[in-house]
Amino acid sequence: MAIRVNLISGRTIQQGVAMEAGKEKPAYTTACGIIELDPADFKKLGAFRNTNVRVTSSYGSVVVKAVEATQGPHPGVAYIPMGPWANMVVNPNTYSTGMPTFKGTPVEVETAKNEPVLSSLELVRKGCRGELA
Amino acid sequence: MTRTVTDVICPFCGTLCDDLEVVVSDDGKELHEVYNACAIGAEKFLHSQAKDRITRPRMRQEDGSWKEISYDEAIEYTATMLAEAKKPLMYGWSSTNCEAQAVGSEIGEAVGAVMDNTATVCHGTSLIAVQDIGIPSCTLGEVKNRADRILFWGCNPAHAHPRHMSRYSIFPRGFFTGKGHTGRKMIVVDPRPTDTASMADIHLQIEQGRDYELLNALRVAFKGEKLPDVVAGIPKEKIYEAAETLKSGRFAIIFFGMGVTQSLGKNHNIDEAIAVTRDLNEYTKAAIMPMRGHYNVTGSGQVWGWQFGFPYAVDLSRGFARYNPGETTSNDLLRRDEVDAVFVLGSDPGAHFPFSSVKKIYNLPSVVIDPHETPTSEVCKVHVPVAFVGVEVGGCAYRMDNVPIETRKVVDAPEGMMTDEEFLKRVLGRVKEIKGV
Ligand code: SF4
Repeated sequence: MAIRVNLISGRTIQQGVAMEAGKEKPAYTTACGIIELDPADFKKLGAFRNTNVRVTSSYGSVVVKAVEATQGPHPGVAYIPMGPWANMVVNPNTYSTGMPTFKGTPVEVETAKNEPVLSSLELVRKGCRGELA
Repeated sequence: MTRTVTDVICPFCGTLCDDLEVVVSDDGKELHEVYNACAIGAEKFLHSQAKDRITRPRMRQEDGSWKEISYDEAIEYTATMLAEAKKPLMYGWSSTNCEAQAVGSEIGEAVGAVMDNTATVCHGTSLIAVQDIGIPSCTLGEVKNRADRILFWGCNPAHAHPRHMSRYSIFPRGFFTGKGHTGRKMIVVDPRPTDTASMADIHLQIEQGRDYELLNALRVAFKGEKLPDVVAGIPKEKIYEAAETLKSGRFAIIFFGMGVTQSLGKNHNIDEAIAVTRDLNEYTKAAIMPMRGHYNVTGSGQVWGWQFGFPYAVDLSRGFARYNPGETTSNDLLRRDEVDAVFVLGSDPGAHFPFSSVKKIYNLPSVVIDPHETPTSEVCKVHVPVAFVGVEVGGCAYRMDNVPIETRKVVDAPEGMMTDEEFLKRVLGRVKEIKGV
């Protein structure tokens, strides 16, 4: 089952703390390699909390762990903290402003139980070398 | 024995809290404790002590592994790369002091670079709006002492600027705001019920990306004119209520963040937010301020403002300063393959640019100056670790309200490490030699 949601990204305090503690550390992946979904969207997706999902937009695709939104409810809106995971799928178009469209990307979310969430360094390395699925 | 350094400035976010206390060892080499900072600020200080910290420059080998090189070699590589490039991009500049930014711009001028800072992915669109229609603003001190109507639009200070509300905007007892938060009304506009929104008197849970409409509706509501039943997902009664609340205050302040700058509409959203502020001044005193996020990003806008006349996206490749966001901005340049080398200092585009831009950096000659290992160091050819500005080096930084603050050094950098400023000065010297100027 796949669901369609509107994706936004931004800061969380966990993102800030983990980033300052080192982006190469597992805590950064735990803080930012996630997608926060509304309980209603979890129901539609038919998945348990804390399972890995694949998030796909017209601009890219990434595997993250789906968690229940702590700052909710907001059905239809999903949230990936700012970082390399969100940036695999956000809309890079700036529409002549210089600013990529980091908020409001339509994405599809589907379960991907057996696919791993890569660390930040692995994700950009593999992405740059064209080694991502 | 230890000693405590007081009045330390936090180098993480644009709030630039100036009341931190840091406990260091007597010889000034080790940092033990940080008091008064929020969780993020404290972590920033403590991380400088990481045992696995990289302390020497390194260069990427053919097989992908790193080889340690000397600072001299790193300077030579950087200077040659910049001098030989037709149009290098020199990006970042937010996690460093104004002194280093000034040397950086001299290099940019010498090599005909495009100078861009992290505003390009945070408040760049705000700067465009300010240039279009001006901005009625104030300082955070005025907010603390006077503001009794606080509107947070598309920002979540509880997470991004954790001490902003306690130091300046909501909780403090100021000269005319002696009741603290009980005398203030707080309004939050956000598509999510965030931790900030849950504290608000009024939360307008707007449909994502419809900021312009709601801002426009507020202007209509100020005048008591008719609104449709629902605007941007908000029932009109709530909009009238918010408008009345703002009008009835003695001093209203609008703080706005990435929800406004990064959603479609972008600079036009901010035009409209400034227009709301202007309209509000018909009824009471009102001001507006961007929630600048990244330490000294405001400072780099200031430095380039006085040097080149533009706060970011400054193209020096023709020998004079040009500025045209959408053309001379980092992501547009990378997307269009218009730069042939990338120099990064004081930022992490590898983590915070859309991936298509990161890939472009990976395919170009590139140098990153950063105390840490980051996704940017993962894609650059040379990584130069430096002393930590704000922890191991002092210097000038600008707070989000454009107030310059002299920051403090609290501990020594590990033996033999250069500062940003020293490194840039050496690169500048070498660039001048190569160019024969
Ligand atoms: S609010 Fe910002 S400046 Fe203040 S301690 Fe936290 S991160 Fe540092």
